[in-house]
Amino acid sequence: MKRCRLYKSLFIGLLLSCFINTHLLADSLNDTINSLAKGGFKERAKVIGLMSRLNDDRILNSLEALSAGKLYFRKNNKQVIILKKEDNKYYAKDPVTKSNLGVVQKKQFKKIRVNNRLRRQIKLTLSSLKLRASSPKDRILAATNILKTIDKSALKAIQSQLLIEKNKSVRKAMIAARASVILFNNSSNAKQIQSINILMEYGGREARSVLTRFLSSANPQVKKITENAIKTIDVSLQRWTFIQNVWYGLSLGSVLLLAAIGLAITFGVMGVINMAHGEMVMIGAYTTFVVQDLIKANFSHLFEYSLAFSIPLAFIVSGLVGIAIERGVIRYLYGRPLETLLATWGISLVLQQTVRSLFGPTNQEVSSPEFMSGAFQVGQMTITYNRLYIIFFAVFILLILLILIKKSSFGLQMRAVTQNRLMARSMGIRSDWVDALTFGLGSGIAGIAGVALSQIENVSPNLGQAYIIDSFMVVVFGGVGNLWGTLVGAMTLGVANKFLEPFAGAVLAKIMVLIFIILFIQKRPRGMFALKGRAIE
Amino acid sequence: MISDKFYKYLGISGSSFLCIMGGAILIIVASNTLLNSDHPLHVSSYVVTLLGKYLCYAILAISIDLVWGYCGVLSLGHGAFFALGGYAMGMHLMREIGPRGVYGNPVLPDFMVFLNWKELPWYWYGFDMFWFAILMAVVAPALLAYIFGWLAFRSRVTGVYLSIMTQALTFALLLAFYRNDMGFGGNNGLTDFKDVLGFNIQENRTRLVLFVISGLVLMVTFMFSKVLVDSKYGKALIAIRDSESRVRFLGYRVEHYKLFIWTLSAGLAGIAGALYVPQVGIINPSEFSPANSIEAVLWVAVGGRGTLIGPVLGAILVNGSKTILTSAFPEVWLFTLGAIFIFVTIFLPKGIMGLFNRSNRKSNASGISKIAGLRKIFVFDGKKDG
Repeated sequence: MKRCRLYKSLFIGLLLSCFINTHLLADSLNDTINSLAKGGFKERAKVIGLMSRLNDDRILNSLEALSAGKLYFRKNNKQVIILKKEDNKYYAKDPVTKSNLGVVQKKQFKKIRVNNRLRRQIKLTLSSLKLRASSPKDRILAATNILKTIDKSALKAIQSQLLIEKNKSVRKAMIAARASVILFNNSSNAKQIQSINILMEYGGREARSVLTRFLSSANPQVKKITENAIKTIDVSLQRWTFIQNVWYGLSLGSVLLLAAIGLAITFGVMGVINMAHGEMVMIGAYTTFVVQDLIKANFSHLFEYSLAFSIPLAFIVSGLVGIAIERGVIRYLYGRPLETLLATWGISLVLQQTVRSLFGPTNQEVSSPEFMSGAFQVGQMTITYNRLYIIFFAVFILLILLILIKKSSFGLQMRAVTQNRLMARSMGIRSDWVDALTFGLGSGIAGIAGVALSQIENVSPNLGQAYIIDSFMVVVFGGVGNLWGTLVGAMTLGVANKFLEPFAGAVLAKIMVLIFIILFIQKRPRGMFALKGRAIE
Repeated sequence: MISDKFYKYLGISGSSFLCIMGGAILIIVASNTLLNSDHPLHVSSYVVTLLGKYLCYAILAISIDLVWGYCGVLSLGHGAFFALGGYAMGMHLMREIGPRGVYGNPVLPDFMVFLNWKELPWYWYGFDMFWFAILMAVVAPALLAYIFGWLAFRSRVTGVYLSIMTQALTFALLLAFYRNDMGFGGNNGLTDFKDVLGFNIQENRTRLVLFVISGLVLMVTFMFSKVLVDSKYGKALIAIRDSESRVRFLGYRVEHYKLFIWTLSAGLAGIAGALYVPQVGIINPSEFSPANSIEAVLWVAVGGRGTLIGPVLGAILVNGSKTILTSAFPEVWLFTLGAIFIFVTIFLPKGIMGLFNRSNRKSNASGISKIAGLRKIFVFDGKKDG
């Protein structure tokens, strides 16, 4: 309790000091910026020099506006603002706080003019300011920008910044940027070779393009070294593309897996063709939407945890709908799979239209919680958190399901009924209840898949339609009645799709995968991991 | 003499069905041409075109029934064969536009000019000739079906697996035809047709003639199918439907039987598509969508599979109610369609035709439920069939 209070007071203190600080700074900043309105070009150059020494990120905005010719001052009180033209109206903006000051008359303002010399100075100041930005991400961005454009004017700024920079990855980027500038600065052979080596080690597409640009102007000695360096970069780039393809493939595969796991139970274990499976996914996604809406309206402080409510609820809602479908329709059609297919297609149409009538045909927005947004960098590729979590989530669901089927008594009954219904019934298992619950389980899992898909897809009545054919392909390809087969099938199809995409384009890749499965089924009609024995015939 | 033979081959229901249909077509033609447009019994050209569309659907339904109702192969991809036939016809109509297109290019269709293509792709050659287009409308789907069927039936892909594969096939084609560089007009498909064999496609008389041709083709298809399913070959097909392995053990080459009817049925679907396109005036990739194919299967189920009159009835009834309902209550249509799917499969497994065959129904009704009950018990160690 005590500690809590301590934190609280600390926090308030921090807040207060922040406020005071910015307030004070903003004043001196405003004064400096406002002094841009006075005097000629020479005075302005002095003010810009002053600004560059202020070491404040908020200056960037006004400097950029100045070089773009958007900085104006009010004729009567010499207050400096940014003017933006939109639909023939001029909107004023405060250069420091970036707050909107509303629509204004252009007549009352005068442009702060700049000449080429000033522009060069601004550019320099900007690049050095950006290199000094407070967040390491921005500093890396600035360095990479210099590397890309081989901005010779920024050499001084980089060198002075390198003296004080401590962050390792920022240093790397800056050193590479410096090397690119040195390379093009008519330096000696030895210096050039050193720069080439630095760039080679740094790697990546930007370094490669710098080196290829250098290739034409290099003398024969250096040329060979450059060529080798480009080759080395190419090899590592290829490796990264490969890894990236695998990653994207796994990500797609995990989505396919989620959509197909439920089907692996209803189709794979029970042998029921449920064309309304996609709609179970859709219902799960809509449950997420409704839960979020309710939480937003009533308990907004719980919003971060809405997924924790959505997952069990989606399971229950979709599961109940599934049980209703089984009891209401499918149980009359056992042993007639083609009729089951048609009837469940009818159900899917009804469910789609119901959702469309209730929620409207447009996409609904489902927002992601904080911990699922954002990304991080590994080498040359970016990994987004939501994709990462979905992969884990898919595998997690699969494992839970495997344990349920292999270890629980319900799983035992389920397997008994599917292997020998008559014998199971004579052992006292209520086979029709097992049927209903199994179908409910498969549908519930589909609902959970809907929660995950709502994080990366648009939630619309057609959400399920998009996945139904893919999920059937996964189950058929992996082998009916085998959950591991579903896992391998989903991942293989996902990765295959992503590897084909660069050569063939997204649509053609999909077509090729479909044709591949059609051919594959001819060769192995029961999928990759077919069950053996009499049970399947 | 001739009527005797007709009667012998078609039976009483078949010949009376043909008579009724022929009569209906004559009456419609007469009322469209002879009666004034304000006469209460006048059939407008709009309705004639609509009915012509239904007749094409009916041909498609018969083609599905031949493989599903008589051979037990449920195709969820017959829409693909229909659409391929339609595209063949559409390509001819496109070529017939000639220099009257928006860009005025005498050879290239508008969309190719728009895409900056310089010459006609090789697969568009020959489509300026009508007979070639008609030939391709049959050959292209039949060839695709032959390759697909040869692969599938040889390795004994049956039942649900085959259905899902056919669905994947039409889905793959849907994606392919959406692509602009396929050379089939991409998203927009082929449209803006001017005339067919020199007759203006917009004109009422042309539409009437197309309607009559559709009706005649449907009648010929009906007669041909009737003769086919009553022949020795047809009996073998039905035997395959009812017990495939037994037929195989008796020494029949089941895959040959299946492949023949499958290819034939695809060709028929292609003809239906070729007749359909000049009447609706457009063909685009959405015809490939899996939902269309499944809906076509529903027509057969509603009318009654395993009969030839059923599919025709089903196609006309379902599409008639679709036209009425989608214009009157657009929200309700999908509910109705879904309900029909569920209702028919559970309560009317033999479709509307099952209602008429009273004697059949009585003896079978108890039998079916008994067998269904038994099957439910044996489903996982017995043979699964449709």
